Amino acid sequence: MEIPLIEFRNVTKRFGDKTVLDKVNLDIYENQITTIIGKSGTGKSVLLKHIIGLLTPDEGAVIFQGRPVSKMKKNEWDACRSQIAYLFQNNALLDSMTVFDNVAFPLRQTTEFSNAEIEKRAAIRIEELELTEAADKFPSELSGGMQKRVALARALVTDPKIVLFDEPTTGQDPIRKNMILSMIVHYRRKFGFTAVMVSHDIPDVFFISDRIVILWEGAVGFQGTYEEAVRLKLPMIDEFLRSLEGFQDELTGLLSREAFRVHYAAMLGGSAEIPTASAALFSVEFDLLHETLGPQAAVEVLRALGEYTNRRFNPIGGFSARHSRDEILTIFPHTSIDKARQLVADFAQELKAEAIDRIQGIATAEIGAATCFDIYIRAGVEQVSPVDEIDKIIEKARTKQKIVATHRCGPGGNRQ
Amino acid sequence: MISLDRARGSNPLITVLLFIGRGTLGFVGNLGAMGVFFSIAFINIFRRRQLRQIVNQVFYIGARSSLIVLLVGLFTGMVLGLQLFYSLVKFGSAGALGSAISLSLVREMGPVLTAIMITARAGSGMAAEIGILRISEQVDALYTMRVDPVRYLISPRIAASIISFPLLTAFFDLIGIIGGYLTGVLLLGTNGGTYFYRVQSSLSMVDIRGGFIKALVFGAIVSCICCFQGYFCHMRTDGYGAKAVGLATVSAVVLSCVMVLITDYVVTSFLM
Repeated sequence: MEIPLIEFRNVTKRFGDKTVLDKVNLDIYENQITTIIGKSGTGKSVLLKHIIGLLTPDEGAVIFQGRPVSKMKKNEWDACRSQIAYLFQNNALLDSMTVFDNVAFPLRQTTEFSNAEIEKRAAIRIEELELTEAADKFPSELSGGMQKRVALARALVTDPKIVLFDEPTTGQDPIRKNMILSMIVHYRRKFGFTAVMVSHDIPDVFFISDRIVILWEGAVGFQGTYEEAVRLKLPMIDEFLRSLEGFQDELTGLLSREAFRVHYAAMLGGSAEIPTASAALFSVEFDLLHETLGPQAAVEVLRALGEYTNRRFNPIGGFSARHSRDEILTIFPHTSIDKARQLVADFAQELKAEAIDRIQGIATAEIGAATCFDIYIRAGVEQVSPVDEIDKIIEKARTKQKIVATHRCGPGGNRQ
Repeated sequence: MISLDRARGSNPLITVLLFIGRGTLGFVGNLGAMGVFFSIAFINIFRRRQLRQIVNQVFYIGARSSLIVLLVGLFTGMVLGLQLFYSLVKFGSAGALGSAISLSLVREMGPVLTAIMITARAGSGMAAEIGILRISEQVDALYTMRVDPVRYLISPRIAASIISFPLLTAFFDLIGIIGGYLTGVLLLGTNGGTYFYRVQSSLSMVDIRGGFIKALVFGAIVSCICCFQGYFCHMRTDGYGAKAVGLATVSAVVLSCVMVLITDYVVTSFLM
């Protein structure tokens, strides 16, 4: 069995008379994204601050790589801390320093590298996070998203093994939220760190998390994968997820996953006889888009696909929801598979005629007309069997996916 | 404590005793915390990578305060020249003007007024700047980057104050004596040679050393109080956020000025 990287054992924290964390037991595993969710004031940030030592438990122990932090010597704890970076909710950039100085600061203060080496390393991170043009600016001169990237560059410049994100998307609009989350996934893959995140942004945050931890009245109500949380059907978790998720997906305007489930259950249970229904799974290669177009354009493409799906299928009784970061499942009630295939084929024509142009416009605005990029939109149609769970339908439709609309880069960047 | 709180309503004596007791405990607690804070910061002055920060702070606290010190020193000397001239003339000893001005400046007014002026200019700035760093989580950010906030933020300011206060005091004394010359000699007609002879003959190294000792002590006290108030502004119970920074700045200036005057008395009584 895998040994957790960080463990909380019966951690209790009080502020005055108020117990914020009450015997919290928690495991965080290496190379995963663990997301801590919970209502406001349930101690999510307090929990995160215990990991880096900004707060210490009143009772219980925080265990780092198998060793209790409280029993470590100062130099041992310093060595552990050198592997951890922390991203504050408000970024906490040093506002009297330029972007470059902010990024170089941890190297200047905590390493023995030469000035040339420090400047080289800082410049590399700045370039990787697409901040080269902002290097000489002060944090107050940057947009919220850019400030977040500076904070991320500063956190990553020391090559940490663990990055703690305290509500990285709070107060951002849906596009920016998804941009930041996709940035986290992108850089986690690129630099290979373990991420621990506090967030409210459901469902977006579920799409990128390997494990979720639900804090409930100061204690851990659940820890595991999202699928496990849904499968368990614990009333507390169900109620909590529903309260946070809402009815609509903010980014695409499609149904939330919870609302989708309710619609699906109603469709199956509504009539005495088994209804005829079909499903279509649409997807774009989000990671490829991120690589070629950058986070903003990638999110915009996803949003456009969601909007088109909604506009096309809603009026004819179809209902859709995002089931992963870049997959949209649409259910067509009372529709045979042949009819559904026809609907998808018509939709593909519309995508070719309109959506691809729009996507090209978005991309051109982001990366310039001369840059070459490919986009593939896939769709898979499947007959819905009433005994099928939604996950099963997605699995089956995924195997039948094929490309239905493309934007391909021809010679000189021309569309093909 | 709870039973005392209940009894407070019924007995005014207990109310007064509670007020005095809690106030005293708070004061002693703060004094202890400030002592520990100063000790840690002082030790950290001698760590690596401090020189650049200290030089920056000497520029900010010292060099950039020199204009205000010059103005206050000049006019203090000029006022002393006027006041003392008319007082001394009554006793027929206008020739002692140089002695009177130089002794009052070097022994008392120089260190005290310089400390108060730097408190108003740089001390308030220290408290506000550190307070803002604290409430915007930049102090926590330093910790998460394994940079000791006390070493990085506090120690250079304390070192720079200990360096700058005596230098600015010497500057104040010099300008004050020149100010006295302007009014006493150039305006009111005392003999210039006598003025400077008296300055030179009446000042001994004991006076000058005493003034410098005071300046050193004031430097340490003012910087410690101002940094302490800013650094712990998030723990205030009378305000949060920007208001806490404002209150911390006010407390820093008021406490520093009061402590400068109290310490002045204590140090003077030891030096006499």
